[in-house]
Amino acid sequence: MEMPPTGPERAAWLKRKANWIRLSAMTMNHHAKLGHTGGDLSAADILAVLFLGGILRVDPAQPRWPERDRFILSKGHGAAAYYSTLAARGFISVEQLKTYMDPLSMLNGHPDRNKVPGVEANTGPLGHGLPIAVGAALAARMRKESWRVFVLTGDGELQEGSNWEAAMTAQHYGLDQLTLIVDRNRIQQGDFTENTIRMEPLAARFAAFGFAVEEIDGHSTEALFDRFSHLPLETGKPTCLIANTIKGKGVSFAENQPAWHHGVPTKEQLAMAAKELDVEVAW
Amino acid sequence: MSSPSSSTTGQQVFDCRDAYMSALEEMAAADARVCAVANDSLSSAKLKNFKEKFPDRFVNVGIAEQNMVGVGAGLANGGMIPYVCGASCFLTARAMEQIKVDLAYTRANVKLCAMSPGMAYGQLGPTHHSIEDLAWMRVLPNLTVIVPADPVETAAAMRYSLIHEGPMFLRIARVPVPRVHGDDYEFRLGKAVRLREGSDVTLIANGLMVCRALDAALALEARGISARVLNLSTVKPLDREAIVDAARTTRGIVTAEEALAAGGLGGAVAEVLAQEHPAPMRILGVPDVFAPTGTAEFLLEYFGLTAAGIERAALELLQREA
Repeated sequence: MEMPPTGPERAAWLKRKANWIRLSAMTMNHHAKLGHTGGDLSAADILAVLFLGGILRVDPAQPRWPERDRFILSKGHGAAAYYSTLAARGFISVEQLKTYMDPLSMLNGHPDRNKVPGVEANTGPLGHGLPIAVGAALAARMRKESWRVFVLTGDGELQEGSNWEAAMTAQHYGLDQLTLIVDRNRIQQGDFTENTIRMEPLAARFAAFGFAVEEIDGHSTEALFDRFSHLPLETGKPTCLIANTIKGKGVSFAENQPAWHHGVPTKEQLAMAAKELDVEVAW
Repeated sequence: MSSPSSSTTGQQVFDCRDAYMSALEEMAAADARVCAVANDSLSSAKLKNFKEKFPDRFVNVGIAEQNMVGVGAGLANGGMIPYVCGASCFLTARAMEQIKVDLAYTRANVKLCAMSPGMAYGQLGPTHHSIEDLAWMRVLPNLTVIVPADPVETAAAMRYSLIHEGPMFLRIARVPVPRVHGDDYEFRLGKAVRLREGSDVTLIANGLMVCRALDAALALEARGISARVLNLSTVKPLDREAIVDAARTTRGIVTAEEALAAGGLGGAVAEVLAQEHPAPMRILGVPDVFAPTGTAEFLLEYFGLTAAGIERAALELLQREA
């Protein structure tokens, strides 16, 4: 694995990786004429820091290494960003990204762990990731292993009640090896979350459910790296990081626009995005 | 086998949950990967002992079935072999999407122990009946569906589940049943068990209907009719060969299940026969209604899910074909 530089250059290095993930995901969505661009872009920094910043103890040569850290993308519609991240980390090849959503491609519109190395859970319907993450954390405890479990949910996704069932279990069993990251981009498919069904006070809700909670700038690779390097927030409690993000982050015309939830860029928009993100993808 | 009781006919009968529980505890003692997940009701799922014996491998998620199945998938991801145990009505209906996605689509090595299925909860009413579960479960790709007939088969299927890699649905009967299998019975996935030879008609049943099918065969014999009895405990994968053979070598088929007549065992048999060897059939189960108030035994009688009901259906079928 290409290791990030240490010291002050690390944040910028990770940001460039995140921007590559952004442009790669947009290129894939353009290719497939389908996808969820807004949420790919909001999650890119989080994914980059976890996978490319050396936070997750995973090994692309042994994707099912029993003692690995588990990362579960509960917002499975962020597949293009996820696959791009897995390619950047060496689980799959960049060449494979070009087949995104093609007939019989292993890269479905939502991730499938039986086809894509590095994927832990088949997600797509919302509210599935946190219960699975709780189970994986309980397994670590039963097996007396030290692996950690990270789960990334959307914010609108938290309207699904199964998340709160799982939150109660996480609290009851004191699962401090579990970190929930909420991609708080404030937009769901139809509208802004607060116009749809109010999510606030989100931090207080998770605190009331027994999580140690911190709000964090979900686009600051430095802040994300520092926080991910110092977990859990509190011994004996599951961690909830509410990552404040911007849907469509990094691409001016897509930022904070509900229509870009599943907007697909044109060729011209892709060129514009490449310029703004200041990165290149190989295809 | 603990606490057998006696049926009205004097036969010893058993609650299959006892066999499931003993098998689960034995497996947990022998294999550190075995764990149990429950949704509050430890007594319904017979998990009180398990919790005492294996406290570190027992998870109670409370009344939260969607989470319960997801937690099972996560435990399997972490290398455990979870037995997710709850009343079938809630487990299947409430967590259907989790069963589809987290278990079946994912091919997670999770075993669902669906307790007290069918109309076992009797007077508690249709909210607590689980007569839809067979239809729902058997259409899911990758999911193995087993409906044991008696305590012997329940224990054997449980032991088999531990060596079978992949998601499995085991329907554990609560309504007491007599033994239909001997102690040497060996569970074979996807194989119908021919409990009785016969050449006029074939009775195909599973779960608590198997003993009733055997009684019906005896009654038919007294009338000079030779009835074959198949225990089709594996609803998926289906023993197509045994079904087609029954259609070829007998004059008609009666299926009987403690579930909706639509979409379950009878539906599965009909799908095979319609395409491979059309044959006269009667599908016995709960018709397209929610059950009225009554005990499990009353409701089974009410819907004709008895030896007499099976006998009657076989006679009608043979008369029509004569």
